[in-house]
Amino acid sequence: MAITKVRKNYHQARWDEPMIFELSTPGVRGIIPPAPEAEIVAAVGDVAGGLPEGIRRSAAPALPEVDQKHVLAHYLHLAQETLGSNLHADMSQGTCTMKYNPRVNEDLAADPRFAHVHPWQDDDTMQGILQIYYEFEQIMKAVSGMDRFTLQPGGGAHAVFTAASMIRAYHRDRGEAEQRNEVITTMFSHPCDAASPATAGFKIVTLMPKEDGYPDLDALKAVVGPHTAAIHITNPEDTGIYNPLIEEFVKVVRDAGGVCFNDQANGNVLLGIARTRDAGFDFCHYNLHKTFAVPHGGSGPGTGAMGCREEFAKYLPYPTVEQDEGSGRYYLDFDRPESVGKIKGFLGSAGVVLRSYAWAVMMGPKGLRETAEMSALNNNYFMELVKRIPGITAPYAEGHRRLEECRWSWQELTEETGVGTDDILRRVGDFGLQHYWSSHHPWVVPEPMTIEPCETFSKEDIEEYAAVLAQIAEEAHTDPEMVKLAPHKCAVRKRAAEEELDDPTKWATTWRAYKRKQGMA
Amino acid sequence: MAVKKVGLIVNPIAGMGGRCGLKGTDGAEILARACELGAVAEAPARAELALSRLVGLEDRIKILTVSGLMGEAEAREAGLQPTVLFTTDCDTTTGEHTRRAAREMAAAGVDLILFAGGDGTARDVYAAAGTDTVCLGVPAGCKIHSGVYGINPRNAGDLAALFLQGKVTKVKQAEVMDIDEEAFREGRVSAELYGYLTVPQDEARVQGGKAGRTQSDENALDAISYYLMDTMNADTLYILGTGGTVFGVKRRLGIAGTLLGVDVTNGRELVAADVTERQLLDLLDQKGGAKAKIVVTVIGGQGYIFGRGNQQISPRVIERVGRDDIIVIATKQKLAALGGKPLLVDTGSEEVNTMLTGYMRVVTGYNEQIVARVSS
Repeated sequence: MAITKVRKNYHQARWDEPMIFELSTPGVRGIIPPAPEAEIVAAVGDVAGGLPEGIRRSAAPALPEVDQKHVLAHYLHLAQETLGSNLHADMSQGTCTMKYNPRVNEDLAADPRFAHVHPWQDDDTMQGILQIYYEFEQIMKAVSGMDRFTLQPGGGAHAVFTAASMIRAYHRDRGEAEQRNEVITTMFSHPCDAASPATAGFKIVTLMPKEDGYPDLDALKAVVGPHTAAIHITNPEDTGIYNPLIEEFVKVVRDAGGVCFNDQANGNVLLGIARTRDAGFDFCHYNLHKTFAVPHGGSGPGTGAMGCREEFAKYLPYPTVEQDEGSGRYYLDFDRPESVGKIKGFLGSAGVVLRSYAWAVMMGPKGLRETAEMSALNNNYFMELVKRIPGITAPYAEGHRRLEECRWSWQELTEETGVGTDDILRRVGDFGLQHYWSSHHPWVVPEPMTIEPCETFSKEDIEEYAAVLAQIAEEAHTDPEMVKLAPHKCAVRKRAAEEELDDPTKWATTWRAYKRKQGMA
Repeated sequence: MAVKKVGLIVNPIAGMGGRCGLKGTDGAEILARACELGAVAEAPARAELALSRLVGLEDRIKILTVSGLMGEAEAREAGLQPTVLFTTDCDTTTGEHTRRAAREMAAAGVDLILFAGGDGTARDVYAAAGTDTVCLGVPAGCKIHSGVYGINPRNAGDLAALFLQGKVTKVKQAEVMDIDEEAFREGRVSAELYGYLTVPQDEARVQGGKAGRTQSDENALDAISYYLMDTMNADTLYILGTGGTVFGVKRRLGIAGTLLGVDVTNGRELVAADVTERQLLDLLDQKGGAKAKIVVTVIGGQGYIFGRGNQQISPRVIERVGRDDIIVIATKQKLAALGGKPLLVDTGSEEVNTMLTGYMRVVTGYNEQIVARVSS
């Protein structure tokens, strides 16, 4: 049995690191390339001479001038000031499905036979990756029950946008595009289920949950009708509650002539257990970077694998990957006249698909089901530990088990001590654990905390996280100021003036903007 | 840095009724009963806790207050040196003392009135100081329905300190609500909207603002206003209700409307401001068969859309306009903060209440609606 250790003496590196631009010394070089030999110059001639005037720089780019050693040190310092993946029990990011991603898949992605493929190569010279795309699509079909998939979208929100675009094309072909202009979603579905269809031009109608936290079927019945284009719904929702009436939701929308999209970003817990097609859905998507074990701590790359029923397949983005029945050869099919078009360059993020394929094949059907079962078991064990902490509650679904995550509330502790979830989540960092995710906005659950202990965390990892939360809850009573001023042992301190984040004259996302706003340029 | 002036008002008896189950401490008789039941004044200690957060700012602030337990004693206990505006016998302080203090502080041009009490105290401060002076409540009363209080005394003190140091500069208008204590003791809850106090805006430290803060109220109001702007019809009569949200929209649409009154427009052109029920019915008569719409918002924390602060929009007016032409607007934060509770209607007519119950679409942004349950 491994030990459960709460790291009370943890301390993160604090480098007081300047910006890379501030490290710049005029004239310093990382490498000085040798001058080309005379024969080469003679053979090539004036390389830049062929560039049109309009795209030539008038001045050299203002890049920082730093030598190799200091570039390396700079980025090592920044890495040490980050609580990245695989350093600790990073179950903190509820809804993000943070899990251990087997390192062997990184070797595959770095293999030159894959890494050096160029997307403009002829299909015949990249049969390997096309076969992986084709076979992975078959896996996704088996997992979901859908008829076709695209692996092009760059993430979940992009997949939802792709589906919304295809749904609009479907209604257009039925002469109902003008009339069917509303997409329905629920408050505890992912915000992209509202934002992506809105980007695709739809009006958004969001259903509030019932007082017991379950999605409100009567609210759906009250608003569904001839304007309904689709429902975009997450199940289980971000509360970890499974919607037991999901088939009814689908039926009500389909009876009204709408299309049903299931956001499966929380699909980790349903692998091998429930198929979205069997609940009647027309569309769904999975986040390969979450459920299918691809590192995603640094905002990408990701892939939103989006599936649909045969009836909608003609609208899929081009190219699709097909296999010639006679020769067994794989090819890219660009000849899809009713496609909504291309939604990402080339094939999308092929490295993500390769890793996901490798993981799914390694796990096998039984392994995928075990993933789902372990993630539910881990969450429920975590819940048993956390429920004992005074001041925290798991609102809604009284007497029912949650699936893979839970949206908790620190409201009681906040009322007693003045210490809120934003304080507690910063204090978590003082124990070498990643600051947890509170909630999407707006906060329907007051003082929220969302934690998703995926299948790869050990019993000891889960106990460590629960013990840290218990300790902070106690500190909120004994030393609330200390918690409110946290973190104390992390690379960065608490933001002093939250209000400045609302003030465009105070913040900057680039060095150039920073200099301008500071009056330095 | 210029010295900031802070008015300090403590209602020393606030909260005394709560522990004895008296639901409030409004009225001399109730106070006497509370004392008989052994009630102990808790407001002074809560005020001290808030004031302790201002220690260290002595060089930068000047505290104006009232003698004894109405502020002077608490300030001194916290180690601060206040200036006393007037003297009172602390055994018999009343709402009139609170109102006089707030009036004199507003006249003295204080930067902030920090008051400790409950909903009754907030009403007194509002009655005397109105919405021009920035105020902040230290929660110490039995009833806290108003959105003008820090989430606890410590947070109220912290927010006051940040505001006085210029680290928080934004303000917002928050509802002053109170319930009828007599009715409450008899088991009926009947909350009334009395007005709006201007409070420092920091969602983490002010009660009623627990709905997150990525999208500021201002941004949400912009989105709702643009949506109305693009969908308002010049031939339609609009009955624009009361409250901060509708007022924010009125301002954005360039309508010279009122905060606490019901205003009427033709499209975006103002027809009449601060109208009565009679005027509304007359205007609807003049309009004949033409289209009319009602625009109302949700009272924060409570969920009322009709019957609180907008009784001018009477059952008869609502019936004339019809359910389908009621536009409810609210920020998502406000709806989320209801915590799953339904929207409420209390029009005074059972029939109209029943007509309004069910589900309604609430406009929360541009092309964005939230479906909420309405109950009476």
